[in-house]
Amino acid sequence: MIRQWTLLILLTISVWTGAAQAAADATALPADSVYRSALTLRDQAEGLFTPASLRGHPVIVSMIYASCPEACPLTIDAIKQIRAAVKSRTGHAAPQVVLVSFDPVHDTVQALAGMASMHQLPYPVWRLARPEQGDVRAFAATLGVSYRMRPNGDFSHNIEIVLLDADGRIVASTSKLGTPDPDFVDRVSRISAHTAAASPRLP
Amino acid sequence: MAGNRIEGNAVRAFVLVMLALATCGHAEAGAEYRTVSGGLFISALSLDGARAPVRIAAFAMRATPVTVGDYLAFVHTHPEWRRDRAPDMYAARGYLASWAGPLALGSAIDPQRPVTEVSWFAARAFCASEDARLPAWYQWEYAAAADATRIDARDDPAWSAGILQTLLARTGHAQGKVGEDTANLYGLHDMNTLVWEWVDDYAAMFVNADARDPDQTNLLTLCGGSALAFENRTAYPLMMRVAALSAMRPTDASGNIGFRCVRETGEAP
Repeated sequence: MIRQWTLLILLTISVWTGAAQAAADATALPADSVYRSALTLRDQAEGLFTPASLRGHPVIVSMIYASCPEACPLTIDAIKQIRAAVKSRTGHAAPQVVLVSFDPVHDTVQALAGMASMHQLPYPVWRLARPEQGDVRAFAATLGVSYRMRPNGDFSHNIEIVLLDADGRIVASTSKLGTPDPDFVDRVSRISAHTAAASPRLP
Repeated sequence: MAGNRIEGNAVRAFVLVMLALATCGHAEAGAEYRTVSGGLFISALSLDGARAPVRIAAFAMRATPVTVGDYLAFVHTHPEWRRDRAPDMYAARGYLASWAGPLALGSAIDPQRPVTEVSWFAARAFCASEDARLPAWYQWEYAAAADATRIDARDDPAWSAGILQTLLARTGHAQGKVGEDTANLYGLHDMNTLVWEWVDDYAAMFVNADARDPDQTNLLTLCGGSALAFENRTAYPLMMRVAALSAMRPTDASGNIGFRCVRETGEAP
């Protein structure tokens, strides 16, 4: 009798898990999600991940290359300022940051770890990632970023700091460096406060 | 009886194999690539500093732009690129819009015409499907600088004038079939006069080099602040082409923009 009950319970659990799994698969990424990109990334702590694995929380994304003399350090500073402004305005932590390199030839995990330590970017709040597999130029293009290598080895590129929602849809983007873009700070603040309200911290 | 069945199966297998071979052969014939020998090249655009010669390595390029027929075959085998399935992220409104249906051209569209109304993302996916990619701008410009006998015909005013005249005469008309002009030195057709073509790095042609002045960086949007200048101010057909590309987002589809693909070759430049 006990054995029958155990079997029934096990069966119920397995059916229920199966259904939950199916439901998760059914919630496919929205048509305008940049997480549709088939890209495999490796971060400065050797962690492999896909853009789709970032699903569930808003993220700030930008693209860089480690040997970039000026624009990329300025981009990192701008994101630091945006996050500080959001934290002081809302009292909530600003979203995680993912910086994707478009120079996988030179940007090894060590180079990215060096960049993170030079700019004092704590892991895993800041993930600096290199493309391992897939089409990084297409991923960049979905963010509005384009780049080309110049004959001297550095890159012509534009800067986009992009706020993605929990499903990888673009909420806002800015190219403003120097002082934080107030509209962008607004959007990040709103989404941070909303995220915090939706998942209240346990006592 | 049993013998017949085996024989029947053997015949069926033979027919299938022959069909498969025929299809493969057809696909190969559809995608003819020609070798473009490498060399030093001075672009008409000063993308990387004025009149700096660039070394172009040898590569192989599709002899003609990708045709509507080629692209129809592609959406059959890659249904995620049908116009009713391609996500907005990769193909905006206008993608294959003049086709009669997702898998039907309709009688008005000649399958031998160059395919247009394809986004940059879609063009890249097509090229990847035949182990190729979109050319870089320098590769395209280098290959297009040749006429039937010269690697670089750009200094010949008669050559440029001929291209311009053809372009003007064709403006406002639907494109003709691919491959009807005289091939250039490499065996490439339709490089200058049939259709504008996507290149892989087109969007980056319109952004400035590494941003140095923080106050200027808000200009560095996709099609904004540009480091682009024309070295040769009389290269009108190239200017028209670059202007057409500069107006495009990578999701956009235009009736005037098609593409062709390139592959690496093992040959030394």
